[in-house]
Amino acid sequence: MESTVQFTAAGVAYAPATGLLSHAWLLVAIPLASAVVLLLAGRLADRWGHWLGCASVAAAFVLGLLSFLQLRGLDNRSVELSLWDFISVGGLNVDFGLLYDPLSAVFVLLITGVGFLIHLYAVGYMAHDEGRRRFFGYFNLFVAAMLLLVLGNNYVMLYVGWEGVGLASYLLISFWYTRPAAATAGKKAFLMNRVGDAGFAIAIFILFATLGTTQYDEVFGNVDALGSGTVLALGLLLVLGATGKSGQFPLHAWLPDAMEGPTPVSALIHAATMVTAGVYLIARSNPVFSANATLQLVVVSVGALTLLVGCVIGMAKDDIKRVLAWSTVSQIGYMFLGVGLGGAAYALAIVHLLAHGFFKAGLFLGAGSVMHGMNDETDIRRFGGLARHMPITWATFGLGWLAIIGIPPLSGYFSKEPIIGAAFNRPGWTGWLFGGAALLGAGLTAFYMTRLFVLTFHGPKRWTESTGGYGARNPHESPPIMTVPLILLAVGSVAAGWLMSTSVVDWLTPVLGGQRELAEPNLGHGTLTVLAIAVTVIGAGWAYLRFRNGTALAPEPAGPLVTAARNNLYVDAFNEAVFAKPGVYLTRALVYLDNRGIDGLVNGLAAAVGGGSGRLRRLQTGFVRSYAMSILSGALLVVAAFLALQLGWLA
Amino acid sequence: MTPAHYIVLSAVLFTIGAAGVLVRRNAIVLFMCIELMLNAANLALVTFSRMNGTLDGQVIAFFVMVVAAAEVVIGLAIIMSIFRTRRSASVDDANLLKY
Repeated sequence: MESTVQFTAAGVAYAPATGLLSHAWLLVAIPLASAVVLLLAGRLADRWGHWLGCASVAAAFVLGLLSFLQLRGLDNRSVELSLWDFISVGGLNVDFGLLYDPLSAVFVLLITGVGFLIHLYAVGYMAHDEGRRRFFGYFNLFVAAMLLLVLGNNYVMLYVGWEGVGLASYLLISFWYTRPAAATAGKKAFLMNRVGDAGFAIAIFILFATLGTTQYDEVFGNVDALGSGTVLALGLLLVLGATGKSGQFPLHAWLPDAMEGPTPVSALIHAATMVTAGVYLIARSNPVFSANATLQLVVVSVGALTLLVGCVIGMAKDDIKRVLAWSTVSQIGYMFLGVGLGGAAYALAIVHLLAHGFFKAGLFLGAGSVMHGMNDETDIRRFGGLARHMPITWATFGLGWLAIIGIPPLSGYFSKEPIIGAAFNRPGWTGWLFGGAALLGAGLTAFYMTRLFVLTFHGPKRWTESTGGYGARNPHESPPIMTVPLILLAVGSVAAGWLMSTSVVDWLTPVLGGQRELAEPNLGHGTLTVLAIAVTVIGAGWAYLRFRNGTALAPEPAGPLVTAARNNLYVDAFNEAVFAKPGVYLTRALVYLDNRGIDGLVNGLAAAVGGGSGRLRRLQTGFVRSYAMSILSGALLVVAAFLALQLGWLA
Repeated sequence: MTPAHYIVLSAVLFTIGAAGVLVRRNAIVLFMCIELMLNAANLALVTFSRMNGTLDGQVIAFFVMVVAAAEVVIGLAIIMSIFRTRRSASVDDANLLKY
């Protein structure tokens, strides 16, 4: 069969890599080599392994920065570096190639930059853990896989990185594998990701079946040649993959459980980078998504629903890391909202992603610092008044808090408010619906983040200060190796939004398309700003008034909504009842069928043959004369048969 | 004396031999009955050879004699050793090889 699609590659052309950019493969190779050394060297590397881990990410960051600077000087800022033929079978040709363009460049800087700070922090955080070298090995493996994910120049490379980060995520969630909760959480994350990954894989199959290629340039240049049904199926499967990896509704239940892993893991993988891979996938595939309005509506709906779900559950949780985890779910909902809106909002989503990478990593590391000082307590009902004991953590967490709720001039304001605006500007009543959801989400975010901040650092202390006995706490500030990354991330949370709000949008224009001004916005920019800040202040103020005097030490009986939120809106129960239980029953039925049906048939056959032979055996009597009788009877029978034939009796 | 008489004689001898094999217990007698059956067969073969005017039947009869001689050697040896161990030549007593 001949390929029916001619490649025109309209508007998409990648330049070959030159100079420093031809060494872009080192970005992936350095952390990977470091991971191999750390995982293979065994105890030999115990003493210096963590420094090697940090150094490899630092080297990748420097290389990424230099490549970024060189990319700025080029006319065509999409540089392709083909390394070797990855898969070449019949009509399928997959290039092992890298694409360094403005979109991957900002991701590389985020992953290596924030990643380096978190590596540094982990040196202190994991200092007392026996598995620190193994931890850094997995951590470097993650960085390498994530860089491959954003640097691949085709969907198969993206998928390789996608599975790589999934593996690293599984290994790191279950890092303390002797704890049943951590082992279960790792399995849950892996299984729920499989659902999404299956969708993504089928999307790649569809690409190959219809276009015969998985290279970005050839796919994006030929999206118009595909039927609208194909584009819709392709996009929906990509969205399924993205929801799995990014913890979006309906595959979001694994992300909060992933907090069983060490806190630096939550900060790097489950807040700043890996969970944003879904947003990257949709932004990278923007020609596919822009080609179908239904697809965009699906993405927007997923984003809006998830951001509200995340907020509502986050309001009811008492575990400091879980609140932040639900907040991550909700913030990625904003990013999905952005990439779903399309047009200029793609870039807004990426800006929010970068800003979120800074402030959420900072918040998680701050939470880790609090846990470090509080003997691994995570229940915010048992904190309170910690500001006096850990001032640096308080200050950096506070800046992260102000950034995420969107107080100007911190980064959240510059990144979230434009997405809300873009949602309102969607034509028709859907604009009001999604804009309203985003605005409501902003208010709820302000509420739960303020609740978290106030209950942790202010109000009456709800812990006992002593050195012995159960529940005894001796809060103290963390060592400098942990506070320095906190300070740097806090600086990023403050400055990043303002710096990136226009520059990054312009920078991304070659990849994500230009600005598209709407003729008649539903809401004016000024009105919106006032409205967003007002909602935020109301949410934050309400939470402050409610929680400044502390709260009860244990959850109190509450109304149906709060109870539902405490139970994750019963999504876990739903999954259990609808997917897990039937699976269990199906397994039991199959085991029964196997034992009784298939084994029964085989065993029954064997028993019948055995029993039959047991009876036939009795013919061997041992009496020679009866054998002679049998032989004679047989001979007579044969003779009789001959005679019968001869005389025509049977004819 | 027509050839048919020889055929009848052969059949009679064979029947006597077969009946002897079936009803007698002594291994030696059994053996002699088997020889009787073999010789009945030989007689039939030679008679058919005469009737058909070919030598094939006579040739086969010689083969049968040779085989019978060999069989007697082996068979008598077996009967001797059985008798020595069991003090009996009854074939019904030698019934260990069974189910």
